[in-house]
Amino acid sequence: MRSCLSSLSSQQLPREPMEWRRTYGRAPKMIHLEANFVQFKEELLPKDGNKALLTFPFLHIYWTDCCDTEAYKTSVKEDMSRWQNSLRVHGSADWVIIVVETNDTKKKNKTNILPRSSIVDKIRSDFCNKQNDRCVVLSDPLKDSSRSQESWNSLLLKLRTLLLMSFTKNLGRFEDDMRTLREKRTQPGWSFCEYFMVQEELAFVFEMLQQFEDALVQYDELDALFTQYVLNFGAGDTANWLGSFCAPVRCWNGLLLRRPIDMEKRDGIQRGEASLLDLRSYLFSRQCTLLIFLQRPWEVTQRALELLHNCVQELRLLEVSVLEGALDCWVFLSCLEVLHRIEGCCDQAQLAANCSHTVGLWAYATDKLKSLGELCGLVSDKGPTSEDLNRTVDLLAGLGDERPETVNSLQSPYKKLKEALSSVEAFERHYLELSHAAMEMYRAISRMRSARLVGKSLAEFYMRKGDPERAEAFLQEALKSYVSEGWSLPVTHTRKQIAECQKLLGRTEDYLQTSALLAGDVNLTTEERKHFCQEILTFASKSGDQSQKVSLSMGVFAQLTRLQFCPATASVHSGAVLKVELTLRCLMPVSVRIQQLAASIHFDLEHGGTHGRLKGAQRQTNPGTVDFIHSSSSAGPPSSAGGPSLELDEIQDRSPSDNSLNSTGVVCKNTHLIMRRHDSSSPSDTPNCVSPLAVTMKEEAQMLKVQDVMLEPGNNSIVFTAPSGQPGTYTLRQLCATVGQVQFVLPHIYPSVQYEVYSQEPQLTVEPLSEPLLAGLPQMVKFTLLTGHYTVKKGDALQLSNTDSMPILPSASCSARISNTAEMSDSSVFVLSIQSSEKVTSISLPSTPPYHTLEFQLEVLCIIPSGSEIRKPMEPPQKYGKLFDEVHCVFPQMSIDCPWSIYSTLLALTFYIPFKTKHSLLSAGNRKYIQVCVQNVSDVNFTLAEVKLTEKQHASLELQSLNTKTQQLLCSKHSVFCLWEVRWKDDLPSCLQCVFSANFSPFNQDVSAFKPFHYQFQLERVTTLYSVRAEILPPPGEQYCRSGFLCGLEVCITRLTEPAEGETGEDSKTDTDGLRTTKLMYEVADSSSNWAVCGKSSGMVSMPMTSNATHKVQIEVMPLFAGHLPFPKIKVLKYLPHTAPVAIQSDPDSCVEDTLSLLDKPLDDQGDTASIRSRGSVHSVGSNEQQQQKGVAMPRLEPFSPGQVFNHSHARQVLVLPATDDHIMEVNAT
Amino acid sequence: MAVCIAVIAKENYPLYIRSVPTQNELKFHYTVHTSLDVVEEKISAVGKALGDQRELYLGLLYPTEDYKVYGYVTNSKVKFVIVVDSSNTSLRDNEIRSMFRKLHNSFTDVMCNPFHNPGDPIQSKAFDGIVSGMMVQTG
Repeated sequence: MRSCLSSLSSQQLPREPMEWRRTYGRAPKMIHLEANFVQFKEELLPKDGNKALLTFPFLHIYWTDCCDTEAYKTSVKEDMSRWQNSLRVHGSADWVIIVVETNDTKKKNKTNILPRSSIVDKIRSDFCNKQNDRCVVLSDPLKDSSRSQESWNSLLLKLRTLLLMSFTKNLGRFEDDMRTLREKRTQPGWSFCEYFMVQEELAFVFEMLQQFEDALVQYDELDALFTQYVLNFGAGDTANWLGSFCAPVRCWNGLLLRRPIDMEKRDGIQRGEASLLDLRSYLFSRQCTLLIFLQRPWEVTQRALELLHNCVQELRLLEVSVLEGALDCWVFLSCLEVLHRIEGCCDQAQLAANCSHTVGLWAYATDKLKSLGELCGLVSDKGPTSEDLNRTVDLLAGLGDERPETVNSLQSPYKKLKEALSSVEAFERHYLELSHAAMEMYRAISRMRSARLVGKSLAEFYMRKGDPERAEAFLQEALKSYVSEGWSLPVTHTRKQIAECQKLLGRTEDYLQTSALLAGDVNLTTEERKHFCQEILTFASKSGDQSQKVSLSMGVFAQLTRLQFCPATASVHSGAVLKVELTLRCLMPVSVRIQQLAASIHFDLEHGGTHGRLKGAQRQTNPGTVDFIHSSSSAGPPSSAGGPSLELDEIQDRSPSDNSLNSTGVVCKNTHLIMRRHDSSSPSDTPNCVSPLAVTMKEEAQMLKVQDVMLEPGNNSIVFTAPSGQPGTYTLRQLCATVGQVQFVLPHIYPSVQYEVYSQEPQLTVEPLSEPLLAGLPQMVKFTLLTGHYTVKKGDALQLSNTDSMPILPSASCSARISNTAEMSDSSVFVLSIQSSEKVTSISLPSTPPYHTLEFQLEVLCIIPSGSEIRKPMEPPQKYGKLFDEVHCVFPQMSIDCPWSIYSTLLALTFYIPFKTKHSLLSAGNRKYIQVCVQNVSDVNFTLAEVKLTEKQHASLELQSLNTKTQQLLCSKHSVFCLWEVRWKDDLPSCLQCVFSANFSPFNQDVSAFKPFHYQFQLERVTTLYSVRAEILPPPGEQYCRSGFLCGLEVCITRLTEPAEGETGEDSKTDTDGLRTTKLMYEVADSSSNWAVCGKSSGMVSMPMTSNATHKVQIEVMPLFAGHLPFPKIKVLKYLPHTAPVAIQSDPDSCVEDTLSLLDKPLDDQGDTASIRSRGSVHSVGSNEQQQQKGVAMPRLEPFSPGQVFNHSHARQVLVLPATDDHIMEVNAT
Repeated sequence: MAVCIAVIAKENYPLYIRSVPTQNELKFHYTVHTSLDVVEEKISAVGKALGDQRELYLGLLYPTEDYKVYGYVTNSKVKFVIVVDSSNTSLRDNEIRSMFRKLHNSFTDVMCNPFHNPGDPIQSKAFDGIVSGMMVQTG
């Protein structure tokens, strides 16, 4: 019955979870308790120091079904107390007494129904003082009633509680003991293995409780502790117990993860005989088991990798002697074992998704297998030597026998390794399998670099096996990645391997290309570089037919760094010498002799005119030097980074209505270049690309060629002479260096390089040597002849047609300078011979080569035309606009016949007359004076001499000079005034034809340099007709005028002479009374408002035609100010009645319909109008006739010419006193 | 201390790489180059995880038998890689972190140099000095 109950309760115990409260603040957990029921035996009770926790009796149960008080008293009670005593001796307080009650026992007790006298009560009172819960009643356990169920449940609950209580207590004690033991680890006798067993016990318990996490922690602690000891060992702190782990490794059969507990290894540890690998293996197998329980398989792989690395390190640290290759075997086996284990617990999809966790192990295994293969001579194409075989046997011996778990599996790590080491073929199969698996996985998780590294290692294997073809594919892939990311050292290394492949494969062109790259690789030693360079040169020097020629990219051999034109404009005339200097940076380590260096040229015929000079000037923007920028192939950023630079431009979006800015931005103009996918770009874009490109040298008609050049390492300068036959544009396209059979071709020269060849027509220009040219003085004129394509032969001459206005002054030493148009430096001087005949001046030119400049100077004199010969220019030159007005220019024309043209060239030079001359007539009563003003408008100072004025028509007339000086300095921008008095004997002619003449020379020059200057002018109506006198009369009774008081102005107009014949018909009229009178109009006007004219200010007078006829007019004026006031102006004008025909000689300016406007015109203007009239009299006729026909039938006023009216009182002043009571008036006003 | 220190540009080309002993240079180049795989993996993982960009230290990139490779990435995606000998057990995570921090500071100084063209290989004596200080003293 007891066993029946036990089994029942042991089944039912774990059904319900219990909350497990734990010490040290660890989180409470729900656990399921499971218990073993064991028959109580005295010897099973734990002795002191027994640490076995698994077999520890946690709870002692006394089962009794005693229902009889008598029986209890006699036997049961005794038994119980004996049990209690033995428990007490062992210090166990975890017990419970279960009293099983059955119905039949109850029935028996029916008679004895006394309170507190049941068996239970008795037991309680006997044993459980204060611990009533230690006695439990179980009723009818075997009956299926609700009561029995209830009592079962309460019993189970009680059992669980007590069991857990005891467990917690004992576990706590165990942990404490364990810690105490751990603290003793510094003591001499301490052993790790012992401690290991203790802590593992704990782990087991946790594992049993399904607390895998906690179990794992125990192992991790052990792991850490051990690791620390090893590290301390490395630091020199040796623990004695470590000695056993330092024993030489004899067995390397790898991890074993298929058993939950590897008892074999555990025993070893317990006995202290385990090796380091054993301990590690065991520890890891336990961790692995727990981790898999915890559903964390990926942690296993990660830890496995760490463990393997760590073990290798630890063995090294502990200086454990290991057979060479043994560790590789161990690692290889372990890797595969872990992988198998993981594969065993995961499905394929999970595995594929977690490649990243397993790939490390795959790669590690691959690595190890490879090194094993190398060690055992399985990689070389010859097969293993006997020494290798011996080594293999030793290694296999260490593997021991295959474990029973895997004996039947075909793919066990053990079998794999054994097979792989057995033969070259098997090794290759296994190695390739592993490598490809690792690569595939790396690719799958896009660790391309790692994949390529595996690939590279595979390539090395293929190379060893003598299969360069396969190797190359892997190497090329790796190289591509290194090149694209700019890792120069790996690039060099990989390229070296590729070179080897290509050499073996006999791919000459590729090999040479790679060799060239390597020869220029600075990462290699000079010897290596020389070797590769020699490879090329050896090939190049091989005699072979043309078909064997190999074209390689120039970039690997030399870089075009700079291209320089001489002359720098890169523009020459046809036939001229154009030098092109290339700077080539040779990347080879030794100097290389090049048979030919050629640059092909593309020729474009130039369209349009060939105006060399103009084009040449534009080409100045074309830099003569082109620098080619290379990203260094060996170091620095990869070519992808050094791609095309951004070309940015600003854009602005403006609203169309008001032009306001809507948006602005930046656009990239060369997006198509920048956004281009780099990986798809053609190989020719990357200079250090692997595959040799199909470079072809296009044959062009014209080439720049240099034969036999020695290229030294580094920068070399090579000078070409560029063809310049035909005019047009020449573009340098390709560059090709030929070394024997090898051609290095630069397929595109970029940025594009061009030069121009032009053809030029001869050009003759004549320009003043100094601006401006002055008329009347000898001036130097520069002749410049650009010969262009024309060759000036001996005997060629320029024929200049002579003009009278501008003779060419013969000069004894006229020399010409010939210089090269392009280079202004060298020039030669020739003497010109000039022959003048009546009509032509012939200048014979010295022979001049084409594209030279011939310069010479001639002295010419432009004679100043006198008076009316001056012509108006078509357009006044702007730059002298202020200095010279348009009338002061002379444009003599000269035509030149040139030998190269059938057309004659017309030359137009502008000469400026240095003087501006004005004349005026001055009168004093009847006496007449002529004043001439000469203004120097030039920048030169002149001396003026022999100033003369003559009258042409009237011999009787005498002009008496009032000028005292014979010579006068006329400074720049200054004027000189000359004055003559006109004297006459009989009558003064009304019209005078005068010529002013003077000699002038630049200041400080001798007399011989004097040149004449003439000025013709005409004076009309010279005679004084009327005199006007004005008088101011103070008010009657006053002596002086006073301001504010009226005074009288008396104007007296007197006719001085009888009118001449012509005049009478014009402006006089016969009155009705028969007297011939002339109507005059007078006007008093005060422009400065000194005077107020009271009453009539103007009026009409009729002057009789007799001499000395006088007319007096009285006008009242009032001075407005006090002081010396000038007289008010009195104007006298001709009055022409409307019937009279309009005067022919009236000036266009004065021809105004309105009388008043004419009145407003100040008298001062008359001086000017007179001078204008004197010149313009002839021209104005036509316009006036038109005016006449329009028929303005109005009375008209016409001013007199200056000198016709003489005003005696002009500029007179009168004293005006202030009004006496001015101040009083002011007071009154305020 | 470190056996190899590398600075790698955003575009994955080396800006600076130095290793001791020098005869193993090539191997370190391969190692560092391969480590970029993991760096990229980690960066993209960080990018996905809510983009907490403040943690620049990437931790152990991958261990090999002989070396441990640690990574660090600046905000401008310049990568620092430090390779440490596995046998060198005295270096903990914290030391590695501080090495990276020092390296980053020095790198920032280099970048601040107005004469330095970003993207060019680093040729700075100061930086060299810092790196030398972190490298294993040979000899």
